[in-house]
Amino acid sequence: MALIAFGLIAAVVILSALFVIAARNPVHSVLWLILAFFSSAGLMVLIGAEFLAMLLIVVYVGAVAVLFLFVVMMLDVDFVELKQGSLGYWPFALLIGVILVAELALVWSASGSLNFDAFDPSPGAETNTEAIGAVMYTQYLLLFQLAGFILLVAMIGAIVLTLRHRPNVRRQNVSAQTGRRRADATELKDPAPGQGI
Amino acid sequence: MTELGILHFLIVSAALFTIGVVGIFVNRKNVIVILMALELILLSVNINLVAFSVFTGTIQGQIFAMLVLTVAAAEAAVGLAILVVYFRNRRDISVENVDLMKG
Repeated sequence: MALIAFGLIAAVVILSALFVIAARNPVHSVLWLILAFFSSAGLMVLIGAEFLAMLLIVVYVGAVAVLFLFVVMMLDVDFVELKQGSLGYWPFALLIGVILVAELALVWSASGSLNFDAFDPSPGAETNTEAIGAVMYTQYLLLFQLAGFILLVAMIGAIVLTLRHRPNVRRQNVSAQTGRRRADATELKDPAPGQGI
Repeated sequence: MTELGILHFLIVSAALFTIGVVGIFVNRKNVIVILMALELILLSVNINLVAFSVFTGTIQGQIFAMLVLTVAAAEAAVGLAILVVYFRNRRDISVENVDLMKG
């Protein structure tokens, strides 16, 4: 039963990955990518790694794929022109792919037994999330902090890269606004009747 | 092969990796799809890590998969930011002309 489910989900993963690289419209590519991520999460649920599966959906589908969609739609690219002449790359790319598969098969045939009999998605704990949490904040605390630091650097880097200061644009100057006093802005006049200021 | 083993996951992961590499070579003109192919490659790495972690009964692989996920998200953010800047300068995202930016 698990094997049938695995076969179905794996077929969806591989087919959607193929459509990611073969789709003509990058928006369709992103949507196929989302399907690939979802079904990979399914594969992970199948062997009991629920936490990683949910993380995959939250991070990839919720953040990365949306980022891709945003950029694809923001950039005003002529996708028809982009696809011109890309068919010429297929033979070379397929050659590379065949070589890669052959190498991976070679590694597999040269490796020893792959019959691990210690199947356990949550060693030393009741649930998978519990098992991860038990070591995440103790044994691997530094790695965890480092991951946060990587995200911080990436965030600052992305902001610095895309920020631009246009000349001739009027900006809000908050300190000038809040530093303004009534004496600077208003003037009390006492006009005589019928004369105006 | 009659019951779910690690070999099944390795095969799927190898296929995903190969598709990702082929995708980089096929989409020579579209940087966005190249970035997506990179995400596919990282996804295959994650599947491998999780499969080995579960089938050997150790948790370290899943911790490491989380770190790979972090790096993948950071890479996507910076890569897309570079892409936006490149598009702003050239009105085009073709990879073939990137070397024109050399000084």
